[in-house]
Amino acid sequence: MPSPPSPASPAIELDALERRYGERVALAGVSLTLPAGATLLVLGPNGAGKSTLLRVLATLLRPHGGSVRVLGDELPERAWAVRRRIGYLGHEPLLYRDLSARENLTLHARLHKVAAARVEELLADVGLAARADDPLHTYSRGMVQRCAIARTVLHDPALVLLDEPRANLDPGAAEILEPLLAGRTRVVTSHDPAEAERADVVLGLRAGRPHDLEGLYAT
Amino acid sequence: MRPTSALLRKELRLEWRSREVVPAMALFSVTTFVVFHFGLQKDTVDGSLAAGVLWVTLLFAAMLGANRLFVSDAQDGALEGVLLAPVDRTALFVAKAVAFFAFLALVEVVAVPAFYLLLLGPSAGDAVPGLLAVLVLADAGIAIVGALVSGMATQTRSRDLLVSLLGLPLLLPVIIGAARATTPLFALGGAGSLPGKWMAILGLYDLVFGLIAVAVFDFLLEE
Repeated sequence: MPSPPSPASPAIELDALERRYGERVALAGVSLTLPAGATLLVLGPNGAGKSTLLRVLATLLRPHGGSVRVLGDELPERAWAVRRRIGYLGHEPLLYRDLSARENLTLHARLHKVAAARVEELLADVGLAARADDPLHTYSRGMVQRCAIARTVLHDPALVLLDEPRANLDPGAAEILEPLLAGRTRVVTSHDPAEAERADVVLGLRAGRPHDLEGLYAT
Repeated sequence: MRPTSALLRKELRLEWRSREVVPAMALFSVTTFVVFHFGLQKDTVDGSLAAGVLWVTLLFAAMLGANRLFVSDAQDGALEGVLLAPVDRTALFVAKAVAFFAFLALVEVVAVPAFYLLLLGPSAGDAVPGLLAVLVLADAGIAIVGALVSGMATQTRSRDLLVSLLGLPLLLPVIIGAARATTPLFALGGAGSLPGKWMAILGLYDLVFGLIAVAVFDFLLEE
């Protein structure tokens, strides 16, 4: 049984990671080490492989080559153990639109064996307490994103994987995000090079391969 | 059991909110019986014809429901949210199969009386206890295979086609068994006894496909 990584041990270790969709190579030769508690920013143009990298780390896609260790556990073999310690915020909210925010979060709390009180706490933190019993399909996109953020951190994950987390959020709502993510190792994708200031490690991706930040967006 | 009951509650709640599966299946069944009533040009049917009409109608209604079983999961990546939880995926299968069984039972609360009214004679009332036993065994098989096939098809583009293409052949033994078991119940001149052999076949089918489904469902949901 691998033990949880100490603060000094890496949260993510990738060695020559490869992932394909049929014949098309989505990721190739991606290697990096991210220390626990650090923030990795993945930059790149559309179709660079940023979301694919996050989905591999989130155990939603299997790697086709190389090795992937997340929080000390090898993927895909130990995916089950990894799932309890990661939070994934994707392009889609990963929530049921006909259920309310409270019902969605309560479902995930039960699946993650989290106390119901945590649901109420998070509903207040993301500013949805007043609309908590309304079905999600009546929410604006920003409100759905807030609910998705609450789902992502519901089980207090050590590592959060955030695919353009500020999409659909107004500036006020974006501030909600920071305290919820404090103290966690983060992998964040973005198109915005200015976000590099807030990252400890920056990975440039272009056509699925690591690329220098200079000329990353050149046409 | 906690994840299974949480997922089952979610299934029932979603159906209560959307009312997409059960009303469609019930309406289809009743409409089909009306069509048979006029199409066969008979006020009453009996024996194997009655059994065939009942089970073919219920099977096609079930396919309609199986096609919708994972629709809410496919929207907004909701299924991925569940798959990211550290939960045995068998819990998801059991919740889907139990929910589907409940949907079938609800549909039959409407469909079977309609069948009696439109196609069976007034003397067929004594067939009810035996019919209930057959319905329970056949519904269990349909729910197991329906949830399995629907889960298999959910990641594909041609979901609607795949559920029918895979589900109908797999459910053929259930239809044969259920129709054979039901035929004596609808015999002219009063209900006969349930044939033990066909009831045993239905029970065995449920057991075998239940075990297969539990064994393979995890792999079916892999990308």
